[in-house]
Amino acid sequence: MTRHFLAPLVFAMLSIPILASAQERMSPVTHPATLSECSACHMAFPAGFLPARSWVEIMSTLDNHFGENAGLDAATQAEIQAYLVANAADAGGRSSRLLRGVDPASTPLRISEMQWWKGEHSHEVSARDWERAKSPANCVACHRDAERGYFED
Amino acid sequence: MKAVLTVALALFANPGFAQDTTPAQLVAKYAAEAGITASAETGKAMFMAMQVGGKPDTPSCSTCHTENPKAMGMARTGKVIEPMAASVNPARFTDTAFVEKWFGRNCDSVFGRECSPAEKANFIAWLSSI
Repeated sequence: MTRHFLAPLVFAMLSIPILASAQERMSPVTHPATLSECSACHMAFPAGFLPARSWVEIMSTLDNHFGENAGLDAATQAEIQAYLVANAADAGGRSSRLLRGVDPASTPLRISEMQWWKGEHSHEVSARDWERAKSPANCVACHRDAERGYFED
Repeated sequence: MKAVLTVALALFANPGFAQDTTPAQLVAKYAAEAGITASAETGKAMFMAMQVGGKPDTPSCSTCHTENPKAMGMARTGKVIEPMAASVNPARFTDTAFVEKWFGRNCDSVFGRECSPAEKANFIAWLSSI
């Protein structure tokens, strides 16, 4: 029993996001089901980009996921949600500078609407850059190593 | 060590396709369920048409897959979708669970309902014939 619990726990702890602001890094998704299922239409966004309550909301409304059906079987959905919550920006009660400006009573759903994201993308990104990227969800259009957790531009 | 682990896991995370079926087997299965003979022409028409009842951003299969299934498509997120035509992309229609998952999602998005076995048969008949 303990053996089955230990590996996932160690794994979850290894995945705790550490944002080194000078290096623009965020631990990428490593959980297999999350990586596989959540990268079908966009890069699997690091769990550390949103608070736990946001991941819960997103995972429980997959039938209408930003305008499309992204539904999953119940077991996979639960497994992915557990991983995201365990590695969220506020997991274990920690505070993250990525949650600055986020009203604790609100549940942000779009990473691109968060204060830190808007701050990072408001000055250096031209209209032509946005046209080329097609969508704010398309990190890798500009951040070539985003899937490995590097967001230096 | 952590980096190696991460990369290894990323590489192995993608399950690939189960390769537990073929386009012909899927067409036969769905057509038998529906009690019809599959029609590629009907499948093509369904693929191209604008539908009502689905979600506003996805009125047609062609919205994301384009009107040329041999070409790359694009999701609304800007991510590229591999071609649907089996002649160009032999991995298509070789994994039953994958096919069912995406019919479940995309028929709801485009049609606002499940696709019927007849529709699935016609759809795959067309995409495996071009």
